[in-house]
Amino acid sequence: MSDAVKAVFETGFFTDQPVHVALAVGTVVAVITAAVGVFTVMRGQSFAGEALGDLGATGGSAAFLLDVGPLWGFTLMSLAGAAAMELIGIERPRGRDLATGIVLGAGLGLAALFLYLDTTYHNTTGATITVLFGSLFAISSSTIVPVAALGAAALAIVLMLYRPLLLSTVNADMAAARGVPVRLVGAGYMLALALAVALAAMTIGAILSTALLIGPAATALRLTARPGRAMLVAALIGIAAVWLGVLLAYDSYYWPPAQHGWPVSFFVVTLIFLSYVASGLVARRRGRS
Amino acid sequence: MFSGFMVNTWTVASIVAVIAGLVGFFVVLRGSAFVAHAVPSGSFAGAAGASLVGVNVFVGLGVFSLLGALSIGVLGRRGRHDVGTALSLVMMLGLGALFLALSDEYAQQAYSLLFGEVLGVSSNELAPTAGLALVCVLVIALLYRPLTLSSVLGEVGEARGVSRWRMELCFLVLVALASTMTVPVVGTLLIFSLMVGAPAAARSFTANPLLALALSVALALAIVWAAIAASYTTNYPVGFFVGTISAATYALGRVWAAAHRRRSASP
Repeated sequence: MSDAVKAVFETGFFTDQPVHVALAVGTVVAVITAAVGVFTVMRGQSFAGEALGDLGATGGSAAFLLDVGPLWGFTLMSLAGAAAMELIGIERPRGRDLATGIVLGAGLGLAALFLYLDTTYHNTTGATITVLFGSLFAISSSTIVPVAALGAAALAIVLMLYRPLLLSTVNADMAAARGVPVRLVGAGYMLALALAVALAAMTIGAILSTALLIGPAATALRLTARPGRAMLVAALIGIAAVWLGVLLAYDSYYWPPAQHGWPVSFFVVTLIFLSYVASGLVARRRGRS
Repeated sequence: MFSGFMVNTWTVASIVAVIAGLVGFFVVLRGSAFVAHAVPSGSFAGAAGASLVGVNVFVGLGVFSLLGALSIGVLGRRGRHDVGTALSLVMMLGLGALFLALSDEYAQQAYSLLFGEVLGVSSNELAPTAGLALVCVLVIALLYRPLTLSSVLGEVGEARGVSRWRMELCFLVLVALASTMTVPVVGTLLIFSLMVGAPAAARSFTANPLLALALSVALALAIVWAAIAASYTTNYPVGFFVGTISAATYALGRVWAAAHRRRSASP
């Protein structure tokens, strides 16, 4: 029995400090992105979620250049991006898609410049990879407190706006008729999305941020129609994916090829992708019977 | 700037701009900016994988952009389209992260794959780019009418026997083809701003579809030429100029459209 346990949890998994930090931060981020993500999926704003993560990375590369903490870079740039999208934003989904695209394009252009300057002035060629791909194992434990505070803010906004947001998501016209300030509620939601995505992109990388925002929420919404319950299910799926991903990545140092650990983001993304595909099969079987 | 080794760059970049302008017209018409972002960005994984196993970069890019496009098509048909796009994108990027971690020589190469490299275009990239461009132009010429109809009025197209699902697949393959040829010059992240900025600006200048298509190509060419010239003289990355000039062009289009509307409104 203990041999089997040892084969699954390689030596040192439970005593390793970076693993503890990775699991703690991953859990916090999974819970926050699950709550925000359910609305992102219901409102059809996956593209905005993905774009804000990339914009956050642009801010991160600027912060790297100026030698200020990455937290400010990610958060400010993500908020600025959300504001720009709201300003250009047109009510129709197609116009929104375009507004997101234009802002993202400009942001990626800036990222190209900042990362170029980073590698020129700081002589660290790894900046591109670090900023864009991130790593759960590279988080310093001092970032946990500000990350938790920002996450709590995003969560508080979503919970405060829960009813009007739900109503204007499901039926904007009816919400407007009942006196809900639809535009304002939408802007408040964008604020929560920008905060959640910024902290996710900073701690776990832009790829994983999109994966955790969209994947678990979309999977949960296929299993249950109730938004509140979907948030719970999404949080559980997200936490499970992060924990399993960290475990596999830790074990992978002992896999071939030698001396190369497999990245956490690969494992977590794969687990999330598979769970979404599987939930589609479950939902279809349920629909048929 | 026009010396011998830059001739390839100018040629390849011009071909890429024409294709981006053409395909981008349909991207904007269909409101598919997310797809135009996801397929090229995800194809980055193909480039990383190709250098890992040691095959031609074009092969890796082609395989992964087609896989990504098909995955978007299938997942998007069975569920929410934007969710399918997002998850296809992150899955491909996750694979890219894996390939990068497994290979040793990466940081600088990854940067130029993502953001483009003006000076790196060699003459053996010319033939595959031109070939792919020719295929793209042929497909667009053949499908122009049904694809436009299905993009603007899906239901009407369906009634006239134009399958929306089939047109969606054709469109996705077009985006995949366009993504495959982008890496030598603009990079996987910035072909996207070319495919969205130029045609979106063109659409705010004119409502006539054929005119908008031509203008979209012309604007894309102008953006790419300006970006290369600026990058050559300042040494800053070409992606920076492509991204910002595209956004500025779009802003100009919006201002022009707003001014035009006001003028036609007042007697």
